[in-house]
Amino acid sequence: MYIIEMQDVNVNYGRVRALDNINLKVKEKEFLGIIGPNGGGKTTLLKVLLGLIKPNSGKVKMQKDIKLGYVPQFTSFNKKFPIRVLDVILMGKLTKRMKLLHKYSKKDIQVAEQIMNKLGILEFKNRQIGQLSGGQMQKVLIARSLMIDPDILILDEPTASLDSNAKNDIYQLLKEINSEKTIIMVSHDMGIVSSYIGSIACVNKQLHYHGDDIHIDEQEIQEAYGCPIDLITHGTTPHRVLREHKGEEN
Amino acid sequence: MIEAIFKYTYLQNAFLSAVLASIACGIIGTIIIEKKLVMLSGGIAHTSFGGIGLGYYIGIEPIYGAFVFAIISALGIAQVSKKIHTYSDALIGMFWSLGMALGILFIAITPGYPPDMTSYLFGDILTVSSSSIIMMSMIDLIIVIVIFSLYNYWKAYFFDEEFSKVIGIPTEILEKILFIMIALTIVVLIKLVGIILVIALLTIPPSIAKLLSYNLMNIMLISIIVGVVLCILGLYLSYRFDIASGATIILTSGATYFISAFIKSQFKTKNGN
Repeated sequence: MYIIEMQDVNVNYGRVRALDNINLKVKEKEFLGIIGPNGGGKTTLLKVLLGLIKPNSGKVKMQKDIKLGYVPQFTSFNKKFPIRVLDVILMGKLTKRMKLLHKYSKKDIQVAEQIMNKLGILEFKNRQIGQLSGGQMQKVLIARSLMIDPDILILDEPTASLDSNAKNDIYQLLKEINSEKTIIMVSHDMGIVSSYIGSIACVNKQLHYHGDDIHIDEQEIQEAYGCPIDLITHGTTPHRVLREHKGEEN
Repeated sequence: MIEAIFKYTYLQNAFLSAVLASIACGIIGTIIIEKKLVMLSGGIAHTSFGGIGLGYYIGIEPIYGAFVFAIISALGIAQVSKKIHTYSDALIGMFWSLGMALGILFIAITPGYPPDMTSYLFGDILTVSSSSIIMMSMIDLIIVIVIFSLYNYWKAYFFDEEFSKVIGIPTEILEKILFIMIALTIVVLIKLVGIILVIALLTIPPSIAKLLSYNLMNIMLISIIVGVVLCILGLYLSYRFDIASGATIILTSGATYFISAFIKSQFKTKNGN
């Protein structure tokens, strides 16, 4: 049983085709990495999954009552906004049925504090959001999406512009979350992608899925990105190679 | 001046409208700063000049014409920039000058002596009528109820629109409501300080408040208090030295902002480093 199925999804921006006939099935508790060049449609794909963009044709099927947790890039909001960390995280408890004079319950705040404690950010609870480091801010956004108690966590470049320690920290955290939840993550980070992720979708208008038999083919990555990419990572990170895209003409 | 307030209705009205305008300004001003809608607000203010001209031309209360133009331009800029992907910045510029041009045109073709436009351009808090005060109170009431009854949702929308949309908050409806409230506030302020000076009253009190707090609600409340104090101080100075009230209020506010920002920066360097 798949938790998400995309069937023949097409998205156009005006006359430009952004996504071409995408078929994607995501299993429960899968850790799916979406990679591909800039402008290749990764973010568009994510937005289709989140319901922010309606596809021009095709279907996105999800299991009933599935809850999505979204972790945006932290360039997507105003870091100077006068809001403290706890209030950012509590946002995850808001629902589409707006209540007049809504107040967060004591239980909501307790749950938020538990999650913050688990993620090691409880001490920042009263800080203004912009006063955190990149890694801490990313954890706040992950905590916010965990407040929804999502079945699927969808992340957009969670490690962009983080130093390698912070990156490893975030990936370790995601690995833990993955034991309970499905994770879909857009990433540029080839090194880590290959070691933590269960399956990979290469998106460059079209989508190529690599499941259990992941191995990274240098030439193929080069084709997808249009330039050579360093596939070697430091340390003992396992190195995998993806098989060729079947039926690709070139 | 204090005895004068008890003696003259026009001073009482001026005092009352300073308080009422500061409530709308404190709340809406804080929002437009955080949502980066200051340019849009300037555009709305100037576009409404077209409505004032139209009001004179067809013989209705000019401020009602301003209301219509302000709301149409607020919603129009949002809608058009989404549909045709023009930079909303450029679009705001066009509305800005087109509105002014229409105003000038309507006034030119209005028969009889041309009306005195200075009170709409520069405002005059001393000529505010009782009906304007009632209108301001109504708008304050609307803003306070709408913002505070859905405060947590507004805050989420102001901070992170995309996430709010994903969790199902109707951000598009909130945006329309917000734009209408901005338009209403601006028209109310036109009476007080005029089209040209409106932006100062919307931006200065919240900017001073932002120096003092990191909490959205506190910033709104402090802006309201700061606004009242600055308006009354400005009004006093204009009464004392017999200079235009709108300009005096704005200059007093501006000076206060720069002095407070300077004091804060001194304070910071002393404590910070």
